[in-house]
Amino acid sequence: MSDYKGIAVYCEAKGDKLLPIAAEGLGIGRKLADNLGQELAAVLVGSNIGGLAQQAIAGGANKVYVVDDPLLKDYQTDAYVSVMEKVVKQVKPQVIIMGQTDAGRDLAPRLAFRLGTAVTMDCVDLAIDPDSKRLLQTKPVYGGNAQAVITTETDPQIVTIRTKAMAALEPDASRKGEIINIAAGLEASSIRTKILDRVIEEVAGMKIEDAQVVVAGGRGIGSAEGFKQLEELAKVLKGAVGASRPPCDNGWVPDTVQIGLTGKIIAPELYIAVAVSGSSQHMSGCSGSKTIIAINKDREANIFRQARFGVVGDWKKVLPAFTAKLRELLAS
Amino acid sequence: MNIVVCVKQVIDPEAPPASFKIDAAANKAEMHGAPPVIDPYGEYAVEASLKIKEAKGGKITVMSLGVNLLREVVKKPLAMGADELILLEDEAYNGGDGWSTASALAMAIKKKGNYDLILCGREASDTNAGQTGAAIAEVLGLPCVTLVRKIDVSDGKLRVERVNSAGYDVIEVPLPAVLTVSNEIGQPRYPTIKGIMAAKKIEPIVWKPADIGIEASRLGAAGRRTRMRRLFQPVHEGKCELAAGDSPEEMAVNLAKKLREARIL
Ligand SMILES: Cc1cc2nc3c(=O)[nH]c(=O)nc-3n(C[C@H](O)[C@H](O)[C@H](O)COP(=O)(O)OP(=O)(O)OC[C@H]3O[C@@H](n4cnc5c(N)ncnc54)[C@H](O)[C@@H]3O)c2cc1C
Ligand SMILES: Nc1ncnc2c1ncn2[C@@H]1O[C@H](COP(=O)(O)O)[C@@H](O)[C@H]1O
Repeated sequence: MSDYKGIAVYCEAKGDKLLPIAAEGLGIGRKLADNLGQELAAVLVGSNIGGLAQQAIAGGANKVYVVDDPLLKDYQTDAYVSVMEKVVKQVKPQVIIMGQTDAGRDLAPRLAFRLGTAVTMDCVDLAIDPDSKRLLQTKPVYGGNAQAVITTETDPQIVTIRTKAMAALEPDASRKGEIINIAAGLEASSIRTKILDRVIEEVAGMKIEDAQVVVAGGRGIGSAEGFKQLEELAKVLKGAVGASRPPCDNGWVPDTVQIGLTGKIIAPELYIAVAVSGSSQHMSGCSGSKTIIAINKDREANIFRQARFGVVGDWKKVLPAFTAKLRELLAS
Repeated sequence: MNIVVCVKQVIDPEAPPASFKIDAAANKAEMHGAPPVIDPYGEYAVEASLKIKEAKGGKITVMSLGVNLLREVVKKPLAMGADELILLEDEAYNGGDGWSTASALAMAIKKKGNYDLILCGREASDTNAGQTGAAIAEVLGLPCVTLVRKIDVSDGKLRVERVNSAGYDVIEVPLPAVLTVSNEIGQPRYPTIKGIMAAKKIEPIVWKPADIGIEASRLGAAGRRTRMRRLFQPVHEGKCELAAGDSPEEMAVNLAKKLREARIL
């Protein structure tokens, strides 16, 4: 049909390490490539990133394309789209997998439209259709109330994948692969945006994405003071505090702890949702948790449809007793 | 400042998940018993445009593509303070995907001309795609910053803040440009009585495909690059065990004990 062939994974890194989502992309990419009997390529774009190629090979790539240029130090749409366009025209992959990250959200759609093809954002499952050999892209829609299975009729078929939705391979340092450098060929003047500042707002301490226990509060917590009580419970459980969107919008907690479709996607061992109604958009961010516990005064709240254990009651009365009892139980 | 804001009519995303129903044969969804609304992130984009208009003056044109657009729904941005409403409403736009939608919106914006800034929501509540803004920018050859939480305009340039997972970036971008707006921009204002009265008097302008000069091959179903094979509702099995007790405190204690027994803690 077209001369596009193979799977390519756009791999993001932080410092000298590939991001977990890059390893997850390589993991699913390897599976799809094996299914098609084709090659898996990794694409690395940035400044001073040559050292990452071996990690991509250990993660499953047969080939690694590296575009290394000082102008690519920070993600900027114009620069990255133009570089990726060049890579795609040279490599001609049939499928391009990116992460649903800060950069991927921006890069994937723009790249797709530049190449005249479509993108499916935030996929939670990818498979090859046995008949057509096209990529079956499963993605949540309607805020997570439903999922759609979509195929792209043009090549390359571009997707982004959701964090923690696909499995990475165990890194294997004995894997062999080929590293190919591609020149960026960028002109500084082609980059229309300028980054003036980067502001870090993330709270010190444990990040919600790394915590095994997350205590999340919703609109019903009512104030910043209320969240102090959640922090206390989190401390007892050595966990972190997260929130649904309203507490972030109201400034009770930083925006960076928002959990959900447009916040962070997390999958802790234990998720304790307090005064959270359990909207589909919120659950998109935490439904991968091993156990969900809900405290809500409304028996009909949607959160109880997904929780394993719960209490129907006013959190102001429930939480202090719950925290005290757990402290006691954990001390013994 | 001439601002174009794209908003879409959608089923109400904030209706209780229990009222969500799928018509599997038609690959369509509905919120049973809840009227449609304009998509929330589109509404944040309208709010952003009104903030700029307040600071710098200008004119706000709202564009919406769809079928069966309820006037009381799509006129909400006018009631909030926008000046003009252009509807791309025709059966021929129907059956498309993100590709055909963005192509038609971009063609309509081109036809309108005389724009400084184009705003979209960061993602529509039904598609959860987040591609339309970037796509319009690509078709029109404009720079685009996505996930914007603050916009300042000065000297023909924008200084915007872009949300990221650790905080935000401050980015300068020349006009004209496309931005996609995130909720951190601030809660959309409620329409005032005066605004609602003013909106009543504004007749939406309806543009058919011929009006925006879009080729048939890019239109609606013919312009699709993707195909939806299936739409389904994931099932959540399992039951919630509610802790018993005569008081909230007792229930809390029982919950803690239960977690211990189940070896969850
Ligand atoms: C496209 C899109 C993306 C979105 N992305 C996200 C996202 O990423 N994350 C997110 O969270 N939301 C997101 N939302 C918003 C989402 O739709 C809901 O509005 C939001 O999740 C509701 O938050 P909540 O449960 O805290 O508030 P509410 O729905 O208002 O629920 C508050 C709950 O608190 C309970 N309560 C009140 N007082 C008490 C008390 N004293 N004791 C016990 N319980 C009490 C109530 O019974 C109620 O169930 C998004 C929306 C859209 C349209
Ligand atoms: N049919 C449409 N009419 C007008 N604006 C739209 C339409 N579809 C998408 N948009 C705009 O693009 C944003 C993102 O949509 P999407 O790319 O589908 O997630 C929405 O929040 C709207 O601002």
